[in-house]
Amino acid sequence: MKTLGVYIHIPFCVRKCVYCDFLSFPAEREIQKRYIDALKREIEENAVRYRDYTVKTIFFGGGTPSILPENDIKYIINALKVYYNISPDAEVTLEANPKTAGYEKFLALIDAGVNRLSLGLQSADNDELKLLGRIHTYEDFLKSYEEARKAGFGNINIDLISAVPSQTVKSWENTLKKAAQLSPEHISAYSLIVEENTPLGDRSSDFPPLPDEEDERLMYHRTKSILEKEGYRRYEISNYAKKGFESRHNIIYWQRGAAHTHDYAGFGLGASSTVGASRWKNTNDINKYIMSDGRDDIKEEYETLPQDDLMEEFMFLGLRMTCGISTDEFFQTFGKKAEDVYKDVLYKWTKQGFMEQSGGYIRLTDQGLDFANMVFADFIL
Amino acid sequence: MTMPQTDQSRIRNFCIVAHIDHGKSTLADRIIEKTGLLTSREMQEQVLDNMDLERERGITIKAQAVRTVYKANDGNEYIFNLIDTPGHVDFNYEVSRALAACDGAILVVDAAQGIEAQTLANVYLALDHDLDVFPVINKIDLPSAQPERVKNEIEDVIGIEAQDAPLISAKNGTGIEDVLEAIVHKIPAPKGNADNPLQALIFDSVYDSYKGVIVFCRVMEGRVAKGTKIKMIATGASFDVVEVGYFGAGQFIPCEELSAGMVGYLTASIKNVKDTTVGDTVTDAERPCASPLPGYKKVLPMVYCGVYPADGAKYPDLRDALEKLQLNDASLFYEPETSIALGFGFRCGFLGLLHLEIIQERLEREYNLDLVTTAPGVVYKVHKTNGEVIELTNPSNLPDPSEIEYMEEPVVNAEIMVTSEFIGSIMELCQERRGRYISMEYVEETRAVLKYELPLNEIIYDFFDALKSRSRGYASFDYDIKGYERSELVKLDILINKEEVDALSFIVHKESAYERGRKMCEKLKDEIPRHLFEIPIQAAVGGKVIARETVKAMRKDVLAKCYGGDITRKKKLLEKQKEGKKRMRQIGSVEIPQKAFMSVLKLDDQ
Repeated sequence: MKTLGVYIHIPFCVRKCVYCDFLSFPAEREIQKRYIDALKREIEENAVRYRDYTVKTIFFGGGTPSILPENDIKYIINALKVYYNISPDAEVTLEANPKTAGYEKFLALIDAGVNRLSLGLQSADNDELKLLGRIHTYEDFLKSYEEARKAGFGNINIDLISAVPSQTVKSWENTLKKAAQLSPEHISAYSLIVEENTPLGDRSSDFPPLPDEEDERLMYHRTKSILEKEGYRRYEISNYAKKGFESRHNIIYWQRGAAHTHDYAGFGLGASSTVGASRWKNTNDINKYIMSDGRDDIKEEYETLPQDDLMEEFMFLGLRMTCGISTDEFFQTFGKKAEDVYKDVLYKWTKQGFMEQSGGYIRLTDQGLDFANMVFADFIL
Repeated sequence: MTMPQTDQSRIRNFCIVAHIDHGKSTLADRIIEKTGLLTSREMQEQVLDNMDLERERGITIKAQAVRTVYKANDGNEYIFNLIDTPGHVDFNYEVSRALAACDGAILVVDAAQGIEAQTLANVYLALDHDLDVFPVINKIDLPSAQPERVKNEIEDVIGIEAQDAPLISAKNGTGIEDVLEAIVHKIPAPKGNADNPLQALIFDSVYDSYKGVIVFCRVMEGRVAKGTKIKMIATGASFDVVEVGYFGAGQFIPCEELSAGMVGYLTASIKNVKDTTVGDTVTDAERPCASPLPGYKKVLPMVYCGVYPADGAKYPDLRDALEKLQLNDASLFYEPETSIALGFGFRCGFLGLLHLEIIQERLEREYNLDLVTTAPGVVYKVHKTNGEVIELTNPSNLPDPSEIEYMEEPVVNAEIMVTSEFIGSIMELCQERRGRYISMEYVEETRAVLKYELPLNEIIYDFFDALKSRSRGYASFDYDIKGYERSELVKLDILINKEEVDALSFIVHKESAYERGRKMCEKLKDEIPRHLFEIPIQAAVGGKVIARETVKAMRKDVLAKCYGGDITRKKKLLEKQKEGKKRMRQIGSVEIPQKAFMSVLKLDDQ
């Protein structure tokens, strides 16, 4: 059976955060409306392509999808329901920021079909939140979280960022503990990546210093130890979940493999799609997107991935997950054994203690995960 | 095509001498343009500097010549042979041979800047060759121009008449007529008798894949034509002349013969520029001249460095490229060498650092090669205890200290011209570079010429840059080789993770070893990426460690996020990481980026 993950990009936010390099910006309501119409057109126009698929996950990402009125989300989900086969147990996630949604909106979203909420907290320290350019306080977050629970969300993720300017190991531990105490089903804890084209990455801007290397590494390790003690299991480099609550949508990105069981369709501005060996990306130009007929005129950067690329991705994406890659799956997909294609590399990193193989899986060890990039680079053919 | 038989009295062979940027090439362009050889539209800017590199750097690397005809105010037509000389101290010998091919010189001085170190050096060189020199003051259109002051300076410092010097702006074309008339009246016509045995001076040569070597020469005595059997006196090679001619703008124009007083070229199916060395005398093999022209010398490389292909597989390409460059540049020397760190490459010898840079750039640009070059060094003389003397061009070949009696290094006479406010900082610089103070003379109230003796190895890296930065660009500098002097020299070795890296060794004065070693370790610490283990970087002299730095072990290398939208981008990062790794050199278990091998060059960066 062909299965599909659907990603829907909502490029709007109240205000850009200082570290954010995603495709997002504040926009007037009129633009939002026209965007939602264009999004619906794109979803409809592409329905034929996905006729044989069952949609297993839907993910509204951004930006801040929760700034849209609930009816917009409902409108899009309905469009999907009309034109696509949605699995009855589909995971439907929506990213939300505190202060952009409350009890009533949550109720309406659940009614529309959203069953997983991803709330951006980032830090439990109000000074850090302010520095990051977040529009909310920790207290605002608490309120949103409680209202989401009250409205009936039984699957909530909290996003956190470590190693932000001025942060201490102690304040990060505090953030982790406060988040874990709320007992969300899922926690994503990222180490900050300073991107060049952001205010934080601008050398001339004057932010307090980033934690030094020792502290940053300590924070990274505390994340695992604290969250595991609280009953979360790390299943990907930066993702932790209670048993059975791993993000099914994100796993589609990381687990490549047997044809058409890990395809994903991205709708909306700048969204990427991967279907079999084909990959493309929608335009980043909001005007072009709004004016489009929803067909191929907005698709850019078409590529057909050769087998080597597919194998590389299979490895460096799959190895992000703690369960590793399935050697059977690799063989079924490519007709070659991973142990042969990557013989030298596997030997080298196993010897180094960064990789291990058991039960039909090849995975990075805890130590290996710390140096994942170095190992991944070797899997580029 | 024939060239009308020309009366010697209507020929003017001259060159233009100037400090860099004083407008030599622009004046040359105007002379060519005004005499009608080319219209300004046809003329590519600066006809004579025709290598891309020359245009970009605004310098002349190879000598060039051009023949043009001028109808003077006296109603007669004169043939002008303008010989453009290289303008850099690395090419002093080439300059001297080009000057020897002339009868006079135009001295161009910038009306705002006045006399500079190169002005002096070049004028003295011209006067040494008995050339009649007349000055022109250029850039009079500049607001800061002070032509009267500059005239006085020329008379006071150089001692040549300057009151009636043409005041010109080569850029705007102002005053060029005056220069043309001055050429007719102030530069003497050539002498020499066409009936004497042939005696012609080679002042340059280029390689052409169809004609073979094209020899640029000035006929002093006698004549040469197609069919003449010629002999090169110094190299002893003989050939049958295939073609003779003169220089159009950017082209060779054949003619019947070249006779005494004329400047032109000859070809004779010569396969190798080594047979036609600059300064050699061409004579008639069947009726040879009694003696060669004076001044010939064999040019020896002064600066050596290792040149390696970044990709070891490109070794044959590098060899072919060097071979081709050498066809046009007899002063380029190379021989194969092997480095433990860098693999197969060549030890190359150059006239100076500029020459080195030019060759390196040409290899990279014209031959598309990616190179790793080791720190340049000079030629040391090692006197061994057994009486043997070796000329050391590669530090790795230094004999064991127990076998060394003493060592010598080349020393130069340097002249630095500087305004009085910077004298202190320039003297300090010279002291730091082990300079020996000789004298200081004021050329005018606020400017002086400092004379120092400096070891060549102290000036080959970055002396010029240091000079410029410590004088805010106002100091100018020239030097010539004085000879060899005994010196306390040691070999500084660099050990990375306890392994000696041969390509990083260099010879240094005992007194500066510690300082250099320390800086080198600091620099390498920044250049070598972190590994999974700690890497000690040590500098050692004779097995004794004198400086140490440590590259800390890498703690973490992981990208926190990777979702659907950024797989392509993340893959590019990984590809880059892998590519970067490929371009590293493996020394033991340490991967060293190629630019680390050049870091010794930049030790004085702040």
